[in-house]
Amino acid sequence: MTSSNRRPIYMDYAATTPMDPRVAKKMMQFLTPDGEFGNPASRSHAYGWTAEAAVDEARKQVAALVNANPKEIIWTSGATESDNLAIKGIAHFYGGKNTKKGKHIITSKIEHKAVLDTCRQLEREGYEVTYLDPEPTGLIDLNKLEAAMRDDTILVSIMHVNNELGVIQDIAAIGELTRARGIVFHVDAAQSAGKVDIDLSSMKVDLMSFSAHKIYGPKGMGALYVRRKPRIRLEAQTHGGGHERGMRSGTLATHQIVGMGEAFRIAKEDMAKDQLHVAALRERLYDGVKDLEEVYVNGDMARSVPNIFNISFNYVEGESLIMSLKDLAVSSGSACTSASLEPSYVLRALGRNDELAHSSIRFSIGRFTTEEDVDNAITHVRAAIEKLRALSPLWDMYKEGIDLSQVKWAAH
Amino acid sequence: MAYSDKVLDHYENPRNVGTLEKDDPSVGTGMVGAPACGDVMRLQIKVSDDGIIEEARFKTYGCGSAIASSSLLTEWVKGKSLEEAGQIKNTDLAEELALPPVKIHCSVLAEDAIKAAIEDFRGKVGNKKADASSNADGSNNADGSGKAA
Repeated sequence: MTSSNRRPIYMDYAATTPMDPRVAKKMMQFLTPDGEFGNPASRSHAYGWTAEAAVDEARKQVAALVNANPKEIIWTSGATESDNLAIKGIAHFYGGKNTKKGKHIITSKIEHKAVLDTCRQLEREGYEVTYLDPEPTGLIDLNKLEAAMRDDTILVSIMHVNNELGVIQDIAAIGELTRARGIVFHVDAAQSAGKVDIDLSSMKVDLMSFSAHKIYGPKGMGALYVRRKPRIRLEAQTHGGGHERGMRSGTLATHQIVGMGEAFRIAKEDMAKDQLHVAALRERLYDGVKDLEEVYVNGDMARSVPNIFNISFNYVEGESLIMSLKDLAVSSGSACTSASLEPSYVLRALGRNDELAHSSIRFSIGRFTTEEDVDNAITHVRAAIEKLRALSPLWDMYKEGIDLSQVKWAAH
Repeated sequence: MAYSDKVLDHYENPRNVGTLEKDDPSVGTGMVGAPACGDVMRLQIKVSDDGIIEEARFKTYGCGSAIASSSLLTEWVKGKSLEEAGQIKNTDLAEELALPPVKIHCSVLAEDAIKAAIEDFRGKVGNKKADASSNADGSNNADGSGKAA
């Protein structure tokens, strides 16, 4: 059925999505000489005015998906830049020389690297960061979060939907805790926008990072929501022409922005349909593999988005599993692309042992995934697991009833 | 990741997969590695009365290079004396399979596995069959994890 001249089945939507053709079509209108290629900052001619109008329209579309005011949306190059701007911007504003509020930040161990590495940088600058452990389900315990809050805490940064597990954090509840204490609350929503309802008029979130390419928009494009009431102030990280109300200078990439706006418009329109579609596919996928022995779902399935599905197959090794699944474009918990065999830090933080962390696979599906894709994926997965377990001495030992944790292994 | 054709061949069609009766006095079993490190190899050899390896079987939990290294090793040790088999070097395996530098440890593990299997076999038959002139003790692999079961 599979042939080498066909591309692998794409099940890595959490890494990036293909652009919706409607988005690409729209973007094409803002590039060429006969299109609206003007600089939105040009105030003296129609090229600029038209481009600015297009940017304004996109700002409305992005704001509409999350029930925010368009004036609260700042364009960036992606969620990574949004995270950097939010976290460093708050830290430098509230923890800098001008104020003496404090230098303590709270985040979790399962955040995206864009948050974790930004926090590490702030630690080098003299800030103090608390990294919360998630529960084995992947959820953050609100009591533990509250207990970590201090008088000098200036910022809490917790992601909405985890990119590896799909687990949804209760950001509405966290917002209540932070607001009551006057702590700024930042949420990385790269994986949740367009998947989960977000209402920033009721949620007490102060800053929210968005990405375009995770929801069928272009790569290299993102946004940061910065609340106006109560007003959140942050220190710019990129200086220049004073674009985006001084918070992020740089000529606006009209075609990218228009693409993001269109992607968010479509997401608002199609979210319910999209999520029903992927929920049915996830169930089909899980039904197709769950009778294999020693299969573990990572994260709390009941509290996860259906488009991300992370499972571990015990007694098979992750890199060989990926090798066996060459007809599937999926992501592995084992960082086999980097030379070192490092299990996923997210799965480790959940308390998964190394073996299970190594043998995890993240299936992430989306708008263009079909039932046929899922059925083929099931066939590939089952064949791979069967093959690798037949090769695995650990599987033999498990079958003989040996407790592998009691075996004295020779570390190497 | 770019694997060589030879690795892919052994991975797709591994040779001599399986198990030999570990309690058989003519069988030596070597198990090396650790699950937490991402690879475990079990290599078994069946040795004839005159010290020749008649059969070899393996099972490996590990990456493609680890599977290929152990598969190739079973091909190489068959028909060799214990002394010859004990002299197989990881560098020979790595070279044959064109392993990239980050995968050299897979070939090291395979070398450890054959040495452990030989050691296990010699332990079974006692010193009388062990060849005093052998230099197989040059191996620093004395983990004895073959007794795992």
